[in-house]
Amino acid sequence: MDSPVSSNSTQIAAPFEDAARAIVGAEHIRAASADDAVAEIQPQFVVEPGTEQELANVLKLANDAGLTILPRGGGTKLAWGNPPQRADIVLSTARLNAILEHAWSDLTVTVEAGSTIKQLRETLAEHGQRLALDALWPSRATVGGILSTNDSGALRIRFGSLRDLVIGITLALPDGTLAKSGGKVVKNVAGYDLPKLVTGALGTLGVITQATFRLHPLPKESRTISCLARDPQEAQRLILAIQNSKLAHSALQIRFVESMPPQIDVLFEATQAGLTAQVGQLKAILAPSATVDSGPAVWNARQELYSAAKDNESGAALAKISILPAQIAEAFEKLRSVAANQIRCSAVIQATGIGSVYLEAPPAALADALKTLRSKFEAMGGSLMIAQWPAAMLSIDAWGDPGDALPLMRAIKQQFDPRSTLNPGRFVGGI
Amino acid sequence: MDARIIQELRAIVGTRGLITSPEELHTYECDALTNFRVVPLGVLLPESTDQVQSILRVCHRERIPFVARGSGTGLSGGALPVENGVVVSLTRMNHILEIDFPNARVVVEPGVINLDITGRVAPHEYFYAPDPSSQSVCSIGGNVAENSGGAHCLKYGFTTTHVLGLEVVLPDGTLAHLGGKSLDAPGYDLAGVFVGSEGTLGIATKVILRIVKRPESVHTLLAAFPSTNEAGAAVSDIIAAGMLPAAIEMMDNLAIQAAEAAVHANYPDCGALLLVELDGPAAEVQYLMTHVNEICRSRGAWEIRVAQSDAERALVWKGRKAAFAAMGRISPNYIVQDGVIPRTALPKVMSEIDHLSQQAGVRVANVFHAGDGNLHPLVLYDRRIAGQEAAAEALSYQILEICIAAGGSITGEHGVGEDKKRAMSKMFTEPDLETMQRVRCAFDPLQLSNPTKVFPRPRLCGEKPGKYVAHPLETAGIAERF
Repeated sequence: MDSPVSSNSTQIAAPFEDAARAIVGAEHIRAASADDAVAEIQPQFVVEPGTEQELANVLKLANDAGLTILPRGGGTKLAWGNPPQRADIVLSTARLNAILEHAWSDLTVTVEAGSTIKQLRETLAEHGQRLALDALWPSRATVGGILSTNDSGALRIRFGSLRDLVIGITLALPDGTLAKSGGKVVKNVAGYDLPKLVTGALGTLGVITQATFRLHPLPKESRTISCLARDPQEAQRLILAIQNSKLAHSALQIRFVESMPPQIDVLFEATQAGLTAQVGQLKAILAPSATVDSGPAVWNARQELYSAAKDNESGAALAKISILPAQIAEAFEKLRSVAANQIRCSAVIQATGIGSVYLEAPPAALADALKTLRSKFEAMGGSLMIAQWPAAMLSIDAWGDPGDALPLMRAIKQQFDPRSTLNPGRFVGGI
Repeated sequence: MDARIIQELRAIVGTRGLITSPEELHTYECDALTNFRVVPLGVLLPESTDQVQSILRVCHRERIPFVARGSGTGLSGGALPVENGVVVSLTRMNHILEIDFPNARVVVEPGVINLDITGRVAPHEYFYAPDPSSQSVCSIGGNVAENSGGAHCLKYGFTTTHVLGLEVVLPDGTLAHLGGKSLDAPGYDLAGVFVGSEGTLGIATKVILRIVKRPESVHTLLAAFPSTNEAGAAVSDIIAAGMLPAAIEMMDNLAIQAAEAAVHANYPDCGALLLVELDGPAAEVQYLMTHVNEICRSRGAWEIRVAQSDAERALVWKGRKAAFAAMGRISPNYIVQDGVIPRTALPKVMSEIDHLSQQAGVRVANVFHAGDGNLHPLVLYDRRIAGQEAAAEALSYQILEICIAAGGSITGEHGVGEDKKRAMSKMFTEPDLETMQRVRCAFDPLQLSNPTKVFPRPRLCGEKPGKYVAHPLETAGIAERF
């Protein structure tokens, strides 16, 4: 692939700038700085359209000119995915940040892609509602960003992930098409479900400009109970016992730090009457282990791992793993087996089987450990996605094996973005 | 069909697996939407994924369109055969392959009947949540195609929420695995886009499903209101109070009369009946049900019954579940419509439907998934009276226009199929529909899998999406492409 500052792209840059300026206005296009680089690839411009039509026009302009686009929301998860093969223009959704319609009595909200999760959360709370998803870095992360990265946290076990919460989108395609799919009602089977297709697509099919979500009421009361398990096997047994019970918990996770005993956290959200009864039942399941009312801070554990890996750029990686709920103890053993002498490892695994693994080690050892873990998890039928890794680490594929559907995924990419304008090379199988 | 092809297909599925006699083919000429009928060239009854692959390879080579069919209970003509095409019936692929309680997953073949999954996992107090009214006969493959819902999807979600992975035979006969037993497999969520694609992207041959633990307690409340307006106001209050019931159903007076005539559910005779089901931890349900009771009273409910045992609950649901079929008791013919509105638009939409009904001289009974705004107006008519059928069809279509105007959808669970292709252009713009069809072109460039359904006009997959137009800068020689 060409380097970003090839002679061709220099030639085309000035005319692009003029044309883009005509679309978004001079004050909304600027030369990219070192801070805009992704995986050390330096884009040339940052463009901030003010409407979805402007965004679609800029996208088409770049596509027609053969320039590549990095869509960007809050920029909190730009490290996810493989390094881009090229990056000419950062297309920012920062100005598309209106909350268009909170139809609170219909439990839906329609919002522009650049709105932050915090902003959305505050608006929804005015009517006692929420988007039931605990995203990473909510004060900066945007709606478009969490959708494109399919971010999900501990609440997933009860409310599902974004695929279960998003009911409509507007998508800007590289040829300038603005297309809606889904709608503003929760129940709707008219046409293909493109909201699901673009959730987790890392912006490689189109740029999400708007989304509609189904909402849930804010809980009346909530309470977090934690307990220590003797070892991973006991933790596994307890997790499955809770899952097999009739408790209606909103979150359930195991935290694993070095060789400390694993800690189990359970979140209940209910009325006072419901809480009291359920906590009693939970204690009976966990007995004889002692329990504590640990408070909401334990639910930051996932973000703390991601942030720790971000802050420690010299030698830490963060991987998202996916296994089956009954494989958690086995996964712990795999983690323990690589966490030898040079390598430090912490993890939070949700009872859904989605886990966040923090690994700290010298770059060569880190790459080896991640490769080893990926092959072990893939052999278990799961996966390991490397979200963040230090620049010094030998580059390995971020995603792992997409299986026999890869040709189909390539065909989809070809249909939506035939010139690989959007995030080229960042997704699975070189998409 | 060419004798050589018939012979080749027979070699794949055996003599028992191929139907070509005209009398037998008539069984397959329609699904539960009987006003469209097409006799297929042949019907194939494969017993394995291998056989499905072999069949589709032949179809691909010979350019024969095919339509997959489960139990044939669909209400939008999704399984309607296409001209000069074959039907691939999946009813013989009906095995539950794996039940995994610790991970709460089952793996089934597409011909497995929806309710049979619950039957198998019930001893361990699990159930399969999506519950379309036809659940005792409809197949999982059909549910996957249509993204079927049901009364309890308000809380538990639709088929798509419960499908974790699929083994799919693509229209050229190749096999692909979409999603999987564990979540968030690397790559695009193709299982998410396949579910609800109405058989237009290929044939699912294995389905990995989630099963759900039975709640500790289930209470169902039945409340009689003077009219749908008061009942609708009670629903709004319940939602505003921060509750998410497992189901909220509403029936208007005509629907109640029909249900009474058909199954003697012993419903109160009233303007509107509301059925609210809460489930979850016993203490929680007990507390919230008291609250629902108060809300209903405050909105004018004059009779309230609460069912707490399975037997009582079955009685309460009996009339609702039988509502469609019950229409036969009060009208010789009827059209089942399926539209969605934002729930808050209910009073306005109901009065518009009422107005149209009076204008057209055609009665409309309303059965309504009130929690999620899914309307099932039943347009009643008598075919023997000249002009009534046309008037009923026109009215039924106008109801969809009302739903779209209210910001809703032309279908909440029955699908577009053959029936609502026309309405798709009312709900979506041409670029919206063209964009959806890019997915179709990726899966099925020759458009052999249930062609002519869902979209009002097919997209030609050969054409380059978004034709290249030279940029002015380029034309002017200022810039060049690379």
